[in-house]
Amino acid sequence: MPRPFQRAHVVALAAVVALSSPARGGEPRVVEITAKRFEFSPAVVTVKKGETVMLRLRSLDVTHGFFQKDLGIDLEIEPGKVTEMTLTPRVQGRYLTICDHFCGSGHGNMKMTIVVEE
Amino acid sequence: MTEARIDRRTFLRIAGMSLGAGALYRVAPGWAADGPGNDMAAAQQRVNGEAVTPFTFVQLSDTHVGFSGPPNPTGTAAFERAVEMVNRLTPQPELVLFTGDLSHESEAPGEHAARMKHFQEIAARVRVSKRRMVPGEHDAGLDGGVLYRSVFGETHYSFDHRGVHFVALDNVSRAKPEVGPEQIAWLRADVARFPPTAPIVVFTHRPLFDLKPEWEWFTRDGDAVMAVLAPYENVTVLYGHIHREDLHSGPHATHYAARSLIFAFPDPAQAADKKPIPFDKEHPFRNLGLRVADAGNRASSRTVRCEEVELSMREYSGTEGFAQLLKPSSL
Repeated sequence: MPRPFQRAHVVALAAVVALSSPARGGEPRVVEITAKRFEFSPAVVTVKKGETVMLRLRSLDVTHGFFQKDLGIDLEIEPGKVTEMTLTPRVQGRYLTICDHFCGSGHGNMKMTIVVEE
Repeated sequence: MTEARIDRRTFLRIAGMSLGAGALYRVAPGWAADGPGNDMAAAQQRVNGEAVTPFTFVQLSDTHVGFSGPPNPTGTAAFERAVEMVNRLTPQPELVLFTGDLSHESEAPGEHAARMKHFQEIAARVRVSKRRMVPGEHDAGLDGGVLYRSVFGETHYSFDHRGVHFVALDNVSRAKPEVGPEQIAWLRADVARFPPTAPIVVFTHRPLFDLKPEWEWFTRDGDAVMAVLAPYENVTVLYGHIHREDLHSGPHATHYAARSLIFAFPDPAQAADKKPIPFDKEHPFRNLGLRVADAGNRASSRTVRCEEVELSMREYSGTEGFAQLLKPSSL
C-alpha cells in the first residue's frame, strides 16, 4: 500500500552555509531558500520541467516545515542546520508550498510558490 | 439473527440544527418508538451494550479567544452570541463539543493562559451537563500542548453518552498536521470493544482527509485514522480549522466542518488565496450564521440535510450595532 506521502530524501548537515551556485559539470543547480517567521525567501522559485535542482533550505529562527504534496516535498527545516533535497519536477504548473510546522500566529500565511515551466 | 438485519440506515439518525458558530445534532434511533422499533432497540442494546436514546448536542469551533484584527475586531462577540442562542434551544442540548482553536496564541508571558481562562469563562455559560474539547494548533502547536493540558486536561480521550461513543483526537500537538502512531494505536485499542454497528462520533480539529493540503487543510496520517475506523458502519467526524462549513462523504464516515466564531475563510474551489473573508461591519456575524441540519427519515444515518440561517443580530444592527459590539475586552 503506498504511503500517504512519498518522503523526499533529506540530508541535513549541521552548520553548513552554502552559497547559490549555477549548474556546473552535471551538478544540479542549487536553489537557496531561507525560512523565518512567517515567510520564505525567495517567494517564488522557477524550475524547468525535467530539470534537477538541489533545494537548500535554512531557518533563521525556529523549526519550519516545507511541504508540497504533488511535488513530493515534505521537509523539516531546523535552525542551525541545512536541509537539502533534489527535485526533478515532471509536470508544468504553479505549486503552492507551505510551512506545515506550526510556528506562530502568522503560520497560516507562510508560503511560497514553485513554478515549473516548459 | 435480529442483529444481522440492522444496518446503518435503520440504526442511527442524526438530526438537528447547526450554528454556523457550530452545529446542533440530534441523535435518535431511526425507527419508531414502538412495535418493531422496540425490538431493534433491544437488539442494539444487546450488541452495543447501551441503547441509543435521543439527545442533542452542539459543536462550536474556532473561537480564537484573544484574537484581534481586521477580519474581526469584535473579539468574542460572536462566541458569546452563540452561547446565548444555544441556551435558548429547545430541547436543551446535553453536550457541547469544541473542535479546537479555543484560544489564539500569544507569546507574551501569561497571556495565552489568560486567554484560555477567558474561553473557559464564556464556555461555562452554556447550560449543558457536559463540555468537551480538543485543541487546535493555535492552542497547542507551539508548546506541544503543555499549557492546554494544564488548563483543559488531556488532548485525546473518549467517553460514552447515551449509547454513542465519542472519541476526541488531537491532530495539532505534534506541530505538524498529524495524529501520530501512538495515538492511532490508542484509538485502535479504544474502539476494539465495540461491534461494527456501534455509533461513533470522532471530534478533532483538522480534517482527517485531504480537503486542501496546500492550505494545510488535511491530516498527514488521516488515512491511517480512517482505516482504524473502517470496520464501523456509523462513524461521524466533526472538525473545525477551515472556518467554513463543509460536508464530505468518505468511504467509511461522513465528515462535517463547523464554521468559525471569529472569521470565515473562502471556498477553496473559488478562491486563489487563503485570506479571511473581509469583515463587514454592517453584518458582523455574516458567515458565522446558523446551519440547520436534519437527516429525517429520508436520509441514511450518515447523511444530513442542511439549511443555512444567518446568525441573527437581534439587538445589534447596522453601524450602530457594530459600535455596540466593540465593547472593551475583559482581558
